[in-house]
Amino acid sequence: MEHGLRILQVLLIVAAAPLVGGLIKKIKNLVRMRRGAPLLQPYWNFFKLLGKSDEVISEHASWLFKAAPYAVISSAAAALLLVPLFGGFAAAGGMGDIVAVLFILALGRFFMALAGMDAASAFGGMGSSREMFISSLAEPAALVSFFALALNAGSTSFAAIAGNGVFHASSLTAGFALFMVAIAETSRLPVDNRETHLELTMVHEAMALEYSGRSLAILEYASHIRQMLWFSLIAGVIFPLPLPAGCGAALAAAAALVFVLKLAALALIMAFTEISLAKMRLFRVPDLLMFAFVAALASAILAAGGY
Amino acid sequence: MIPSITASFAFLNDPLSLFFVFVILLISAPAAVYSVGYLKGGYSGGKVKLAWFLLVLFVLSMLAVVSVSNLVLFLVFWEIMSLVSYFLVIFDAGHEKSVQAGTVYIVMTHFGTALITAAFLIMYSYTNSFDVLTVKEAAYLIPDGVKGAVFLLLFFGFGAKAGIAPLHIWLPMAHPQAPSHISSIMSGVMIKVGIYGIIRFAVFTMGITQLWQGRLVMVFAAVSCLVGVIYALMEHDIKKLLAFHSVENIGIILLGVGGSMIFIAMNQPALAVFSMAAGLYHLVNHAIFKGLLFLGAGSVYKAVGARDMEKMGGLIKLMPYTAFAFLAGSMAISALPPLNGFISEWLTFQAIFAGALKSAGNGAMFWVAAAAALALTSGLAAACFVKAFSVTFLAAPRSAKAQAAEESPLSMTAPMLFLAALTLVFGLFSPQILRLLAGISGSTLGVYTRDMKFSVLNYGITGGLENAGSISGWLVLAALVFSGLAVFFGFRLLYGKQSFTPGRTWGCGYYAADSRSEYTATAFSKPFRIFFGFFLMPYRKIEKATHGGYHLKYFRYETHTTPFFRTFFYEPAVSASFQLAKTVRRMQPGSIHLYLAYIFATIIALLIFRGKF
Repeated sequence: MEHGLRILQVLLIVAAAPLVGGLIKKIKNLVRMRRGAPLLQPYWNFFKLLGKSDEVISEHASWLFKAAPYAVISSAAAALLLVPLFGGFAAAGGMGDIVAVLFILALGRFFMALAGMDAASAFGGMGSSREMFISSLAEPAALVSFFALALNAGSTSFAAIAGNGVFHASSLTAGFALFMVAIAETSRLPVDNRETHLELTMVHEAMALEYSGRSLAILEYASHIRQMLWFSLIAGVIFPLPLPAGCGAALAAAAALVFVLKLAALALIMAFTEISLAKMRLFRVPDLLMFAFVAALASAILAAGGY
Repeated sequence: MIPSITASFAFLNDPLSLFFVFVILLISAPAAVYSVGYLKGGYSGGKVKLAWFLLVLFVLSMLAVVSVSNLVLFLVFWEIMSLVSYFLVIFDAGHEKSVQAGTVYIVMTHFGTALITAAFLIMYSYTNSFDVLTVKEAAYLIPDGVKGAVFLLLFFGFGAKAGIAPLHIWLPMAHPQAPSHISSIMSGVMIKVGIYGIIRFAVFTMGITQLWQGRLVMVFAAVSCLVGVIYALMEHDIKKLLAFHSVENIGIILLGVGGSMIFIAMNQPALAVFSMAAGLYHLVNHAIFKGLLFLGAGSVYKAVGARDMEKMGGLIKLMPYTAFAFLAGSMAISALPPLNGFISEWLTFQAIFAGALKSAGNGAMFWVAAAAALALTSGLAAACFVKAFSVTFLAAPRSAKAQAAEESPLSMTAPMLFLAALTLVFGLFSPQILRLLAGISGSTLGVYTRDMKFSVLNYGITGGLENAGSISGWLVLAALVFSGLAVFFGFRLLYGKQSFTPGRTWGCGYYAADSRSEYTATAFSKPFRIFFGFFLMPYRKIEKATHGGYHLKYFRYETHTTPFFRTFFYEPAVSASFQLAKTVRRMQPGSIHLYLAYIFATIIALLIFRGKF
């Protein structure tokens, strides 16, 4: 019963994942005094691409190019299983581990970068190179903030971190660092720009440039899931609201509502961040990630001191 | 009086020695099978026989090194191992590079041996024994200050063999020059014998008493990790790239071993066992995937005839088995789940986390810094293997030879596929393997582990980290496979079968693009070269020839990086020693009269000496 609920929760989150992207886009457009695309536009795009069954792929591409979208989406989904969602529970129960999430996400990134190189196009290679560059520099910041959270809880398991319930000052700084990491990991401004296909600015889009049809649909959905994962992680771990054991349906629904509100708040912050910042040059991005690393280190110092 | 040296031929058969015997055989056996196909065609009959002889001698000497209990015999076998591997490095003596690499190797390995010999003699002078177990019993006789000195001698002596930075410079020169099955044994196993030396003599025999010892090991380990991976990123010789990754992985292993030393000094026996087990786990994992990757590189080298990745490409279609095995190795070394590298790096992170949790204030930050270094390393390693795999195997062939490559024979592909299967096995059966390794490190550290729980399945570590994080290779594999298949078959059912039409790669409307417009390994690593420029110090070489100053006839552009340790440490040291030799040479001008005067002066000096004392 409980396991069924947890799986259901993951399916719901996966189904709702594109909404976050749609919401951010809508907010950005509203602030810019535009009407913008409908909230559900990511879904329409997804179904449109799914309907195109025949894909034109590069003549140089190998089986890896065809298999990569499935590897990318399954790594995003598997990582999501470990992350606590509504009530501080991960689908995998006590099995969730905060460090392991980074490794599982790296699996999808690895295949995405390989696929980018496979079409013998300079664009794809450039995207892969930049993606691996940015993500390898984001990794220490992410890990050290995870360490800070884990030091607060005395364990790297999500159940302990999200079930902690005590507010720590170090969680705030860790959340700040993780937010910057999330900007880089979800390809948002000022690190990357999803809305343009200009060779100088592309990172994620450059890797997916050779994809079309169903493969592209899967890849885009995978990035929605990954974005959802980072948002839920920040929402669930930094501001944990653990659900007491054996509580009723009303409380569970309330927890779900609070979760949705937290996600919406994060989307709002992300949208305003994107509007107010210009795209950085590639070699300025390390400065941002270094800043994230320093914030993470500060939170680890706070956490080691017991704050 | 000169003490008579007695060397009794006794074997250690404790778990630590047996573990290393197992690792040596696990890699040597597939490498030997592989050499059947690898040596065929490239070498004359006599050379093939010589290669087999040296291979057997090499493996036997390594087995002896990890199992003899007498320090003198240990040194004898250690020398045999070093010399045999020297002959294997210069096996392809046609290359001038091989001889040069061999020279650097033999100098560095003897530097290490000198330190080890000094350490052994000091141990003997206090304990009056050359037997490891007797020395261990009598180690309390050695004063603390001397123990510290012996520890340093042992760490740097064995570290030179293991390839810790900055003593690593021989490793990327020597390993790639040897025939590939030997490279795989050298990088997979021989450098681990250096780790064996550190564990056996510094930890097991001498015992760890002070905090600084473990901290020193961890600092050198973290530096090795980063130095190894940053240089590997810059490399486009595929075997050199792999050799630099050995430096990195030795660093990761030593993070576990060094962490264990700190836990001993902190009086946390359970965590010391856990951390050592994490180190040993990464040791066997690295042996598997590095052995595999070197075999794969050898297979590619034999097919393409070059080690430069910029001349490869597209091999995944021509050499499917080699490509598959190399992909498995690349994923394992990049610590991707559910393969073995993921488990051991995760365990190392857990050990580091436990260290941060158990120490307060500044002590905790030391561990956090180690974790950050490890995180950066694993991110960079993934980037490096995206580069290595994609430039070698993906996209369009970059040379005529790569276009005509053929798959290697079964005797070469079967060992690779066997090792590729092991990367999965060691990832999935991690709880059982961790249990075994905890027993091994427990017996080495003298900690009773039977009642302790060491699980990666959320049981925590009794007497250490009660509420540890958890991961299961099976669960991750199930989640990955299930969601991948669900997506694949779900859409197939709803929308029909996926179909593909091959077309041209998008070139912005320009359709004459060929393999020269592909992204190269150099281009791939450019962001890293710029970001780590403070350490790599890249420079350009430009050659230009023009017709009458306007029309460009010839243009050549090269980028290089400055080898930090060689330029700022080894080259000054070498030139200083040559300078010293030149100065000393003035004593020897060839005049017989002067030599007679030397002899006379010596006799006078001796007489005075004899009279005084």
